[in-house]
Amino acid sequence: MSLTLAQLLPGQAGYVRDVDGEKSICHRLLEMGLTRGTAVQLVRVAPLGDPIEVELRGYRLSVRKSEASRVTLEAD
Amino acid sequence: MSAAPPRTRVRRVAVAGNPNSGKTSIFNKLTGLRAKVANYTGVTVEKREGRLADSDVSLVDLPGTYSLSARSPEEVIARNVLLGLIDDEPRPDAVVIVVDASNLERNLYLATQIIELGLPTIIACNMMDVVRRRGHSIDLDRLAEKLGVPVLATVARTGDGIAELRNAIIATAERPAEQAFTQRTFPLPDVIESAVERIAERLVADDVATCESARGAALLWLMDRTSDVDPAVRSASLLSRLSAESSMIAETAARQVSDAFEDPTRVVIEARYDWIGDVVCYASPTTDCARRTRTDRIDAILTHRLWGMLVFAGVMFSLFLAIFMLADPLMGLIESAQSATADAITHVIPEGPLQSLLADGVVAGVGSVVIFFPQICILFLLLTLLEDSGYIARAAFLMDRLMSRVGLHGRSFIPLLSSYACAIPGILAARTIEHPRDRLTTILVAPLMSCSARLPVYLIIIGAVFGGSVWMQTGVLFGMYAIGTLTAFVIALILKRSLLKGPPPAFIMELPPYHFPQVRTVLRTTWDRSKLFLMGAGTTIFSVCVVIWALSYFPRLDVNTLSPAESAQLDSIPANDNAARDHTMQSLQLRNSAIGHIGRFIEPVIEPLGYDWRMGIGILTSFLAREVFVGTMGITFALGETDETSDALRERLQTAEWPDGRKLVTPLSGLSLMIFYVFACQCISTLAVVRKETGGWKWPAFMFAYMTIIAYVGALAVFQVGRAMGYA
Repeated sequence: MSLTLAQLLPGQAGYVRDVDGEKSICHRLLEMGLTRGTAVQLVRVAPLGDPIEVELRGYRLSVRKSEASRVTLEAD
Repeated sequence: MSAAPPRTRVRRVAVAGNPNSGKTSIFNKLTGLRAKVANYTGVTVEKREGRLADSDVSLVDLPGTYSLSARSPEEVIARNVLLGLIDDEPRPDAVVIVVDASNLERNLYLATQIIELGLPTIIACNMMDVVRRRGHSIDLDRLAEKLGVPVLATVARTGDGIAELRNAIIATAERPAEQAFTQRTFPLPDVIESAVERIAERLVADDVATCESARGAALLWLMDRTSDVDPAVRSASLLSRLSAESSMIAETAARQVSDAFEDPTRVVIEARYDWIGDVVCYASPTTDCARRTRTDRIDAILTHRLWGMLVFAGVMFSLFLAIFMLADPLMGLIESAQSATADAITHVIPEGPLQSLLADGVVAGVGSVVIFFPQICILFLLLTLLEDSGYIARAAFLMDRLMSRVGLHGRSFIPLLSSYACAIPGILAARTIEHPRDRLTTILVAPLMSCSARLPVYLIIIGAVFGGSVWMQTGVLFGMYAIGTLTAFVIALILKRSLLKGPPPAFIMELPPYHFPQVRTVLRTTWDRSKLFLMGAGTTIFSVCVVIWALSYFPRLDVNTLSPAESAQLDSIPANDNAARDHTMQSLQLRNSAIGHIGRFIEPVIEPLGYDWRMGIGILTSFLAREVFVGTMGITFALGETDETSDALRERLQTAEWPDGRKLVTPLSGLSLMIFYVFACQCISTLAVVRKETGGWKWPAFMFAYMTIIAYVGALAVFQVGRAMGYA
């Protein structure tokens, strides 16, 4: 079991190792900049527990945990 | 400036960029307030085109996108405009790419894709003030050197750099050939390069692309072909324009690429981002900023577990209240103007078909379009404010969990909430939903939310049959709203599992920094969108109003052919009571008109629901708009024009009987009628708007059918089960 983006706690960060799963979602995540080696930090979780807000490449992105769990990380 | 030599053709320059890059502000600054807005054929993608101030260059504002990958209608339009594949529209002569300098890497992803399409390009590096405020710097010369196109600094908010951008656009548009064409500079694996080369050759040979654009276009097509892009979307783009032989070559090339790589698209995306990373490092070697920004401080409150939810509830309540209340006085004014005009017509034009057509058909038709206008303007104004400030993304962030339970997207919340006031602004608000299937589902269930037009119907019926306890009345009213809302969620769930089934749409959304909305941009956008509603849906609404008028006006009543009962009704009125006589004549006219005949014809169908033909006419005319019900009831019960506060109408309903002496409007038949109104799609304006938003009659027809069926079955069940249980 490797660490995924969905498992980070607010304030924690890591580097993207891989994005897997269904191609269309995977490609969208990649196009938004979640490519291999990108530094990404979990900023906060929405009040109802999902989705989450992450920071990467100097901007903020919101994804559901189901999508975030496709992004595996190398621990910081 | 106007001394430029006359030309045979207007130069067109496209303005492209990411959402939230300030593209629209730049476009507005460049064109002044003279842009024309329309929709691209068949899709709800706004098409804005305007003249560059003091020049004869025409600017085309492309929809904001993150890439040209053709995964959304916006991306397909942006790509097709840039490749010159939109019918009846020449390819732009040049393109301005607006880039958010404070978010350079992700913005350059789209920018580099566009540069590769070979048009003379200018990059407007916007929001340079934010970069400076954060203590960063960007060396624009170095950026231009790497990208191979000129880069200008702009600050759309203050207007800095706009004049320079304008001059650069004119210079480029007039002498496009002077800019050297830039090829993609980052390398791809050999298999992909050779496939791109072969496909590009075919695109040029078949005249689908120019020599400059072919390689960029070929790469886009190859990425579509080897990933899961919806074939329906894909076919609208390049391949359908290739000859059979070329298609085969292209397909072979794509297959070789697919064989060599498990996921070629990923290879290309990563190569592009790697290269962009190098470019940004070279041009802006500043370190990461981990400082708390203003947006962070705002978000600490606005997305807070408690405060965030409270503020959200407050914002939504205000939005709802504004649509409901703020529009009310304006709607009152429009109604007065409407009746004043109708009065004036009756004075000027002698009585007869022409007078009635103008007063009851045309004026009423125009009125029923214009009456929505205040609500629409207010909704669009508030939505644009929320969108422009960045709050709408937070609203979706907060609500997504809730909406995802029924398979919808966080962005569906606001359209559904607005629909309590009126389904039309609600449906229009669904434009903020990016994914087509989600947007469609939201549109299809929005009219189930009880809109303000149902309120008069609920009120008159509740007043007539649930008199007495205020608690009882409130409870029934609340029940109607609750039933509609629950059904909307159930239908959404069913639609997402059946007709609109598909992979669950991803929730991948940028949370842009908060901005102070720009008054000019907000007003401009509000006006453009409202006008589009008036033009588009207005025509349909107006035509149907005139048709309904004709159905209730013809055939004319002939006093000599009245049935004995009708004559007796007329004779029983005292000779000096002119008002009562007029009202009875109106009532008899309606009864004997085409629509009255239809009402009696359908009585067997609606009788099991507990309604007679008089209520049938009310229901039929309500398909125009629900609030018409109360007025029609007033006429059929010979009271003249009435509204929901009319005591006379309430009494008349309470005493109305079937021919056999049974009470017509009982608590049970009243409940049955209200249930019918909760579900039935009785609003021609809604259907007209849905037709416009979905680009055809298919979905409005479906919506009308499913809602009317639920209405009929629901009302039937209530009435028959209630009767079987012994209620009257």
